[in-house]
This record gives sequence, structure tokens and C-alpha cells, in this order.
Amino acid sequence: MVAALVTGVLAAVVAGADAAGLWRAGVDTLALFGKAFNDNRYFHITWLVLPVIGLLEREGLQERARMLIGKVRAATAGRLLLVYLVLRQATSALGLTSLGGHPQMVRPLVAPMAEGAAEKDQGEISDETRFRIRGMAAATDNIGLFFGEDIFIAIGSIVLIVGFLEQAGIKVEALHVSLWAIPTAIAAFIVHGVRLWFFDRTLRSAAVKGGEA
Amino acid sequence: MITLDHAYVLVGLMILAFAVLTALDRSHPTRVRNTLFWGLVAVSMLFGAKLGGLGNGVLVLALVAIGATGKMGVAKPATTGPEERVERAERRGNALFLPALIIPVVAVGGTLAAKYTDAGKWLIGPTQTTLIALGLGCLIAFFAAVAWLRPPVSAPAQEGRRLMDSIGWAALLPQMLASLGAVFLASDVGGVVGQAVTSVIPLTTPLLAVIAYCVGMALFTIVMGNAFAAFPVMTAAIGLPLVVHQFGGDPAIVCAIGMLAGFCGTLLTPMAANFNVVPANLLDLPDRNAAFNGVIRAQAPTAAVMLLVNIVLMYALAFRF
Repeated sequence: MVAALVTGVLAAVVAGADAAGLWRAGVDTLALFGKAFNDNRYFHITWLVLPVIGLLEREGLQERARMLIGKVRAATAGRLLLVYLVLRQATSALGLTSLGGHPQMVRPLVAPMAEGAAEKDQGEISDETRFRIRGMAAATDNIGLFFGEDIFIAIGSIVLIVGFLEQAGIKVEALHVSLWAIPTAIAAFIVHGVRLWFFDRTLRSAAVKGGEA
Repeated sequence: MITLDHAYVLVGLMILAFAVLTALDRSHPTRVRNTLFWGLVAVSMLFGAKLGGLGNGVLVLALVAIGATGKMGVAKPATTGPEERVERAERRGNALFLPALIIPVVAVGGTLAAKYTDAGKWLIGPTQTTLIALGLGCLIAFFAAVAWLRPPVSAPAQEGRRLMDSIGWAALLPQMLASLGAVFLASDVGGVVGQAVTSVIPLTTPLLAVIAYCVGMALFTIVMGNAFAAFPVMTAAIGLPLVVHQFGGDPAIVCAIGMLAGFCGTLLTPMAANFNVVPANLLDLPDRNAAFNGVIRAQAPTAAVMLLVNIVLMYALAFRF
């Protein structure tokens, strides 16, 4: 907000305006900002999930997620998040970006499941381990989304690229742009996948160190 | 037809309910501040289109003022305790997942229906289709959950308020940053940044230009919190004039990988609030207010490697195809 007003007023300073002109530039910038703010209200629609998720949490949704994963013999936090990374990247690449997300998937399901898997794997876990798992769960959702969605041709960033190039007089096909997002998507899967593969080991050795200290 | 305006009214009424309950909540640590804050957000959702540019600008100033006067507290309405939750989870079984799963299923199904069927086109408006379908999914899941669980009447709003308070100020950041991007675009900040960069660093080889473009995308995204805002600026400054026109890079490849280099920056910054701050709040991380919180720390190694990978990929691919 401050940055916006400074930008607007500075633009007027550069143009060499007097005091009244600066005031007008400030007011104009405020109006411009207000209009953009109003145009961008759609961010808030996501919050409609909160009452439902809150209600289900009240009935033990997170506890149930932990119990479910606790029964799966092979489950560990790292392996579970690796499976989620695959699903998140694949569904995003098909344009199904709203299948994941922090309020609707990570908090109620993915994070509690990963915690449950770690408890199954290691017994009691420390708060530090718990928060690390939660951070990694959120990170995995973001990384899966970012490096999956650009493969889908109708996603915002591809539309932005095609529109921008068209304004600059260069015609490209959306499909051609999204095709070149694939090498990065594969690399991201390998890099984050390897990190998740070793995540259980990292957690275990952190737990041992924590116990000795 | 269901349009964005209907969704805004629904969100507005929900947040208004949060504000009213906060006003009635004597135990709330920052009762007046939170009531005013969510009240103003509700006004923006319900009447924003009628306020005009300047009116909305003043409303944002008021929101900033409230946020700047001090921390916003979190409500602790009566809810179930840990033991009670375990007991209920055992009783309800895996059916507890069903209402939560209704949301993405309706969101995806609705989006596809609106794109490919006539009935869908008739039902759901053409702009921000996915978000409208998501809102619809929430509504259906909500009624399903209420019909099945039969909670106390005030419970949905109280539970929702508890979660909304834990997100707090961060709920507004994405909207603020998008608006800031609009101001930057109108004042041609991009042109100024581009001139500054090229005058400081002599970008004489394709590799240097690629590095400057990718690193610039990541850095500017860290500052702006949004790769979409950084993209027009950095591409107009370095990507098009140098990598594409001077050194002959393929524009589709340069732009596709350049955008992904920007995403590496998104993973590293608290300015990307909806990806990095909202989840830290939602997951109750102890360092959620730190600039380098647990979510960003978990992402940083992947983001750093991926920035390098994007540079290598752009250099290897853009001048060959």
C-alpha cells in the first residue's frame, strides 16, 4: 500500500509536478489501487471452505486421517508425501489445480496423515519433528502445483505468456509454450522426490540428535 | 446463472457473521480491532462494486491502519477437545472424509461441465469458473455436513471464525499485492527496472543474459511475491530484447522457463502470502510470523536447485530449437 502510493507520487515527481499535482497523483493512485483491490476480490472465495473444514475438524477429521494412515504398514512421512507430490503434479498438469490446496487438503488431510505415518514409523515424535513434517507437507503442495500446472495449456501463466508475446508482435501457440514446461516439471519431480525419499532418514537422525542433547 | 457476484455475496455474509460473532465474544483478545477488520472486509465483499475506486482505496487505507495498530488476536470459541475428537473420529469412521472430498470433486466437475456442456454453461458464469465451482462445492459440502453431523446452530460460523482468525492479516496480502502490481504496471516501473539492470551489468554473452533473466525473475518475484507481476517487467527488460532478439533464443522456450524461474522465487518469499504464510498460519507453525518460516525453509533447497536447473535448461534449449 505504502509502496503503491510512493510509486504513484514518485511518478509525478519525475514528471515535475507542484504540490497540488502531487496531491492529485496520490489520490489518483489511491483510486487506482482501490479499483484493482475491488477487481481482485475473488481471492476470498477460497475461504468458503473454512466452515466446512472447521465443522469436520470438530468431529475429529484430523484424528481420523492419522488413524487411517497408522494402519498402513508401509507408510512413512516421506513416502506419503512422495505419493502426494506425484498426485499433485499429475492433476495440476491436467488443469485440476483445485484438487489440492492448503485449507482444503494440507491442513485437514495431508499434514495429519504425514504426522500419523511418522508416529507409526518412529513412535512418539517431538514437536520439532511435527512442525518439520507440516512445513514439508505445505512445501510439497506448493512445489507439486507450481511445477505441474504450467504443462496445462489453459492455466493463467500460459495465458499471460501468450498474451504478452502477442503484444510484442510474436505469435506462439499455447501448446508450444506449455510443452517447454515439461523438462522443468520432470527435474522438479526428481529434485523434490529425492529430498522426500531421504526425508524419513533426516527426521530419524534429527530425533536421535535431539534425544542426546 | 451463478456468477462471481453471487459468490461475493456469500463470502461477504460469511465474513460478516465472523465479525458479528467477534463483536459478541467477550473473551476475544483484540475484540474491537478484529470486529472492525472483518467488518470492513465484509463491506468490501458485499458493496465493493458500489464504492468506486477512491472509496475502495480509502477502505484499504482503513484496513492497513487497523493492521498497523498491533497484532490481531485469535478467537477461542468453545469447540471439542482432543479426547472428544478421537472418540468422535472412531465413531464417525472414514465417512468423515466424504464432505471434504465433495469440495474438490464439485470444483473440478463444475469447471469441466461449464467448459464442455450446455447445462454447465447455463449454470456457471464464464469468468473465474473454477472459483465459482469451488464455492458451489463448499456450499454443497456444507449442507451435507450439517445434515449428517447436526452440529449446534452457531458451530459452523464459530469454527470458521476460529480458522479465519488464525489466517488473520495474511488473508488480504494476495489481493493487496495483485493491486500493487496494477499500480506498478500503470506507472511503468518495469521500464525503469529494465534500464537500471542493463546499465549496471554488461550482458555480452547468451549465458550471461540467460542468468540475468532467470535470476532477475526469481529476485523480482521475491520482492513482488508474484511471478505474474515480475514476468512482464523482467521479460520486457531482459528476456525479449537480449535473450530473444539479440542472441536469437526461441521466445516460447525463453518465456516458459523464465516464468518457472520466477516460481522458484515464489517459493522463497513471505510476500507470496497465500502459498507461504497462510499455510504456516493454518498449520500453527511456531515460527509463522518469521520471514523465513518453516514452509519456506522446507522449500528453499528445492527452489535453489530448481533455479539452477532452469538456467541450465534455458541455456541448453532456447538457442537450439
